[in-house]
Amino acid sequence: MIHRMSRLVVALSATFALSGAFAGEVQVAVAANFTAPIQALAADFEKDTGHKLVASYGATGQFYAQIKNGAPFDVFLAADDTTPAKLESEGETVKGSRFTYAIGSLALWSAKEGYVDDKGDVLKKNAFQHLAIANPKAAPYGLAATQVLEKMGLTAAVQPKIVEGQNITQALQFISTGNAELGFVALSQVYKDGKITSGSAWLVPASLHEPINQDAVILNKGKDSAAAKALVEYLHGAKAAAVIKSYGYQL
Amino acid sequence: MSLTSADFAAIWLTLQLASLTTVLLLVIGTPIAWWLARTRSRLKGPVAAVVALPLVLPPTVIGFYLLITLGPHGFIGQLTQSLGLGILPFSFAGLVVGSVFYSMPFVVQPIQNAFEAIGERPLEVAATLRASPLDTFFSVALPMARPGFLTAAILGFAHTIGEFGVVLMIGGNIPDKTRVVSVQIFDHVEAMEYAQAHWLAGGMLVFSFVILLVLQAKGRTKAVVR
Repeated sequence: MIHRMSRLVVALSATFALSGAFAGEVQVAVAANFTAPIQALAADFEKDTGHKLVASYGATGQFYAQIKNGAPFDVFLAADDTTPAKLESEGETVKGSRFTYAIGSLALWSAKEGYVDDKGDVLKKNAFQHLAIANPKAAPYGLAATQVLEKMGLTAAVQPKIVEGQNITQALQFISTGNAELGFVALSQVYKDGKITSGSAWLVPASLHEPINQDAVILNKGKDSAAAKALVEYLHGAKAAAVIKSYGYQL
Repeated sequence: MSLTSADFAAIWLTLQLASLTTVLLLVIGTPIAWWLARTRSRLKGPVAAVVALPLVLPPTVIGFYLLITLGPHGFIGQLTQSLGLGILPFSFAGLVVGSVFYSMPFVVQPIQNAFEAIGERPLEVAATLRASPLDTFFSVALPMARPGFLTAAILGFAHTIGEFGVVLMIGGNIPDKTRVVSVQIFDHVEAMEYAQAHWLAGGMLVFSFVILLVLQAKGRTKAVVR
């Protein structure tokens, strides 16, 4: 019985080793705000290079905990620059691989047409029940949202109306289901090719918050992976930059 | 490093939520359990299945449908709005509604088992002594099913304390309203505040162990805890 089991284990691990060697698969931890762009990029990347991209979506802080505890990611596309830098200083990344792949833009968005004006005055009117943001402790877009409110002098006024999603995707979900009338999301979630895809939005000026530099790193697991290297090169390229910008990111 | 006032607020809120949910579930769950235990109706199967759904469904499914139905476009949301109550997500009342549904099987099933264990005899004897059905229920069935009620209350309470997914999906993480302990732990972990996460998570571990130990000591867990 034990003999048969061990044969099975050997056969299985051989299968996995082979698939790893030939298919050229890169496992990527992707900050939630970058979900739509990476899906568009993945198709193109796979066609161009023949490597396969497997993406996991989540909050940056959550990925940090998972990576520190042996998560099988080759590349990390974070929503900030501090988390990748922290991982680098802790020896979890390939030295010199860190770079800014996108600079995020913040939007005040409502699923309702005409609800949010193009100057954000709807915030000052304060006639809503719920304002959704991402958890500022874990999500950089949530932190940026609190900075905007602070700068507009509205923190005290809207504080009781704030509802937090655990990440930017959940904040969007609260708004799109109508449970919150409006909220701060990543522009990339509601923007494509120069316009808002639905509802109404205020493109928050970058001067109202600290820049949202989104950094990428190759993690130790991806040290010898050709696919990981290819992905980083691809993200540096002009083709990827055009796609990333089409979602409202700066570069 | 020890617990902050925000942590204590989360603990207090969680205890309030679990207590209120347990009381409501004992009130709502008892007639359901009684009906399930006694009925020969064809509806017994479907009703029992609906009650047991939260045992199988991931909290994301329950949370998602609650978010839709309680929201401004859902039928419960329309109802609460027309009653002038606003919408339930992001409120303590919303969490109570979610928890009552989510912890339902943990309360109904032990009570149902206890009612079934009584059998026909004591009820028939009561009937021959000319006790009315209501009198029989309160003077015979309820006292005989008392251990089942205790198990139900403990499990309902403990399960609500341990609730996470549903609260996460409809709560909005508001201090003193919807930020319960499990969400607070998640927050600490995401913000890399591992020391504080340990305090709360360790507390939960000890609490859950003690609860299960108490149930084991009662020796009536076979039917419920698998």
